[in-house]
Amino acid sequence: MNPTLTLATARRILSQLRHDPRTVVMLVLVPSLLMVLLRYVFNSPLIFSRVAPALLGVFPFLIMFLITSVTTLRERTTTTLERLMTLPIGKLDVLFGYALAFGSVAVVQVAVAAGISVTWLGLEVSGSLWTLLLIAVLDALLGMALGLFVSAFATSEFQAIQFMPLFVLPQILLCGLFVPRGDMGWLLNWLSNVMPLSYAVDALSHVTRSTTFDATLTRNLLIVAACAIAALILGAATLRRRTP
Amino acid sequence: MTNSSAIVVEGLDVRRGGREVLRSVSFSVPKGQVTGLLGPSGCGKTTLMRAIVGVQIVAGGSVTVLDQPAGSPPLRSRIGYATQSPSIYADLTVAENLRYFASILHAPAGDVQRVITEVDLRAHADKLVSQLSGGQRSRANLAVALLGSPELLVLDEPTVGLDPVLRDDLWTLFHGLAARGVTLLVSSHVMDEAARCQRLLLMREGRVLADDTPDGLRGATGTPDLEQAFLHLIRSQKVVAS
Repeated sequence: MNPTLTLATARRILSQLRHDPRTVVMLVLVPSLLMVLLRYVFNSPLIFSRVAPALLGVFPFLIMFLITSVTTLRERTTTTLERLMTLPIGKLDVLFGYALAFGSVAVVQVAVAAGISVTWLGLEVSGSLWTLLLIAVLDALLGMALGLFVSAFATSEFQAIQFMPLFVLPQILLCGLFVPRGDMGWLLNWLSNVMPLSYAVDALSHVTRSTTFDATLTRNLLIVAACAIAALILGAATLRRRTP
Repeated sequence: MTNSSAIVVEGLDVRRGGREVLRSVSFSVPKGQVTGLLGPSGCGKTTLMRAIVGVQIVAGGSVTVLDQPAGSPPLRSRIGYATQSPSIYADLTVAENLRYFASILHAPAGDVQRVITEVDLRAHADKLVSQLSGGQRSRANLAVALLGSPELLVLDEPTVGLDPVLRDDLWTLFHGLAARGVTLLVSSHVMDEAARCQRLLLMREGRVLADDTPDGLRGATGTPDLEQAFLHLIRSQKVVAS
């Protein structure tokens, strides 16, 4: 681990993004656009306030999963990863570089979407906006770490894209967004209990409803953070210095 | 282990997908010279180079580079490696790519400018790699390998698709580096580049057929032409095998 190399890697990834303005615009604006759409589809501030917080966590999770699985797959297939593995840089420097770069993109993404939701769309957040932002960034990092991990099992970008419905959609269906988790049958409830996104959505709902930072909220945040770290470690294990 | 050898390979076996890509390959590469790795495409040149830089899983044998086992962490800043297909970021400019790799190698500040000049990409330094021609891309790829002060350069087909003047410039650069004590292992599948090397390794179907100087090879096979010498070696080997 070397902070200089982590920073250099993050800077490199952000420079790559900078050369792709269309992606930057989509990263920053698409979640906000969807929030606006959602607000007018429900046409009720009450229902919107119930669903919106969960979506503030789901969007960065989904988008970071997608862009990380594609960018890291590209690193693997264009052999830039092989070159990095011959150079004096640690795997963790590369991984944390990604986390830093995409984490900061997620901060901007969530800040814009949350800002628009609160000021324009009438979302009422009882708890701290900082906590909301923190949970959303943790979600983004979780999505990033999972994307990095599954990119090891894809041999083309076509396959990588298809891991999205496989790894992400079930989590969205079961996270309590559509049906409260308590109302699910035992099997679905159990499944929703082992999926990290459920805890993020629980935490987000809590922050919207209540001003207290209680033990359950702390526990939920720790679970999301632990899952992100576990996925990063699994992701690190898929970066090999030697390959067949 | 001799101190005059930069690379010592002994009984190297590499299998990939059940196929033997390298079969008990043994040779050594002297320090401070340009050694050419010649052979048709698919003969195992790239696999051998990957084993030398330590990114290839090997089935048996040993590879010693600069007196250390291939792939040892201290070697990572002492070897410059350029893969055949450019391993640089297409969505960054040439200079941005080089700055990133230079920061990994802790290369001095002027290094980026130096290598851009050495591969003659000054006019294209601020262009995105994706906008470069194939030849320019492979030169940008080569430039990364020249960063820092590598004691060993492993270059996989660095001159493919380049115009003759540029190719000549690069060979002059290679010899200049060798004169300063840098060891170069350069692969090629064109025989006319063989004559520019101080030493030759001829490969075919995962084996090293010859390990000699160009003159030694001409003498041993009795032909003035290296292409003919290679053919002679292959045919005589078939006779031995049958």
